[in-house]
Amino acid sequence: MAGDIDARFKLDWPGFSVDVNLTLPGRGVTALFGPSGSGKSTLLRCIAGLERAPQGRLVVADEVWQDADRWLPTHQRPIGYVFQESSLFAHLSVLGNLRYGMKRNAEPQRVSLDQAIDLLGIGHLLDRKPDLLSGGERQRVGMARALAVSPRLLLMDEPLAALDMKRKQEILPYLERLHDELDIPVIYVSHAPDEVVRLADHLVVMDEGRVVADGPLADTLTRLDLPVRLGEDAGTILDAAVGAVDADWHLMRVDFAGGSLWARDHGLPLGHRVRVRVLARDVSLVGQPGTSSIQNVLPACVDAIGDDEHPGLALVRVRIGEAVLLARLTKRAAAALGVKPGLALWVQVKSVALME
Amino acid sequence: MLSDDDLQAIWLTVRLAGIVTLILLLLGTPIAWWLARSKAWWKGPISAVVALPLVLPPSVLGFYLLLAMGPRGPVGQLTQALDLGLLPFTFWGLVVASVFYSLPFMVQPLQTAFEAVGERPLEVAATLRASPLDAFFTVAVPLAMPGFLTASILTFAHTVGEFGVVLMIGGNIPGVTRVASVQIYDHVEALEYMQAHRLAAVMLIFSFLVLLFLYAWRPRPKLGA
Repeated sequence: MAGDIDARFKLDWPGFSVDVNLTLPGRGVTALFGPSGSGKSTLLRCIAGLERAPQGRLVVADEVWQDADRWLPTHQRPIGYVFQESSLFAHLSVLGNLRYGMKRNAEPQRVSLDQAIDLLGIGHLLDRKPDLLSGGERQRVGMARALAVSPRLLLMDEPLAALDMKRKQEILPYLERLHDELDIPVIYVSHAPDEVVRLADHLVVMDEGRVVADGPLADTLTRLDLPVRLGEDAGTILDAAVGAVDADWHLMRVDFAGGSLWARDHGLPLGHRVRVRVLARDVSLVGQPGTSSIQNVLPACVDAIGDDEHPGLALVRVRIGEAVLLARLTKRAAAALGVKPGLALWVQVKSVALME
Repeated sequence: MLSDDDLQAIWLTVRLAGIVTLILLLLGTPIAWWLARSKAWWKGPISAVVALPLVLPPSVLGFYLLLAMGPRGPVGQLTQALDLGLLPFTFWGLVVASVFYSLPFMVQPLQTAFEAVGERPLEVAATLRASPLDAFFTVAVPLAMPGFLTASILTFAHTVGEFGVVLMIGGNIPGVTRVASVQIYDHVEALEYMQAHRLAAVMLIFSFLVLLFLYAWRPRPKLGA
């Protein structure tokens, strides 16, 4: 498809190899997910031209960046790159850092300096030197700097990995704003499941230099045949909208294709698009709905059954209309319920997490 | 106070050290840059050659340079072919010799500074549309600035202090090759201890101030944050 990113790289280093052949969507956020050493950062560096795979082909929106006879050096690629650790130029102020790439950029300017400063909330930091910023502030400046070159492709290499939980929570909303307000495709490397489910539209799972799963986020997360080892974080996401608010009980209803769920009210207007995350451990299956403290009970149909990481546990994929949920239960409970593909039953959802 | 001859010697010394420092900034920077980033096997031999003047007796270095620049040496034949005459016993002969003699004092601090800057800021610059040359001048050089300062001061001071190579190449021609260190030697030879004292004191104070600046006033190294 036009706008897509075709990436084929093969490289062999002592003790480490990468061999990928991927087509990534030319819009939205694609997460490259995997354990450290899985080759996801190397793949990103190959896309940026910071690493040169001897055998490779990279086509971004019908433009060849690398193949057998062509090699576009990094500084000629219309990318923005956010590094894992702070990478601000120590000899320049925040504003100097922002302008560095901007004044060298020959491409039409799609993101203005003010817009970049505004999106990342760094207007009050412009005159400071980088060594006077906190870790979170530095990363925000790094992101604004990458945006200020008006990239056609934004590459982010674990931009939150060096930050503690609190700083991370402080930055995630800014990343979501980028996603919502700018039409720039993003490739986001991460090993943190919470970042991936919150930000990604498309998920590529890597292990030992190979791609083990690749597809839209919800599909990839609910594949039972693949080792997308999220452990306690196994679950899925639903794209939904606020459908109703129950002010008396401080609850809101989120509607998705196939049903609706009640969640804690976040004061969002009706119709607001939200992404909700439902963890497999918070979903249980029942034959008949009865009296329960759990209010979210939906009719569903068993789609598939897979093994979980522990031999006593199973992951069951159920369909609710077009939507899919994962439920984690013991294999004994699954046997007692007679769970098999096609079985109609009810799901109880104990908890729903709002992602934005 | 200092005699006119002494002042002439000091001025000649300052001119020599200044020119040598400028030449070595131009020559030493690419060498240091290459040494800081190359992974080639011949990086080792090149480093050793650059460091040789640190351990070689100045007379040995001076002897080889004299042969090379002499009428039958390769450099001498070249300068004659270019109608420049011969370099030994000229000011520019001293400059050439001092460039070799002071090379490690420029290259080594610069190499250390470039190594401390590391690869990352240059990668960052590349993702911000800077060509390698652009990134060198706008990122690597500013980040390595303390190294440039140290290297220039050391080179200047070391050239001011040279003696053996000067005698071998330049001899002792007033106003042409008679630098301060040689002038002191002459004073002592002539038993003019008072003049020798004054000039020696100037050299001592200068050297002390240079080192004081290097150790006490050196700006904190600012590397890629």
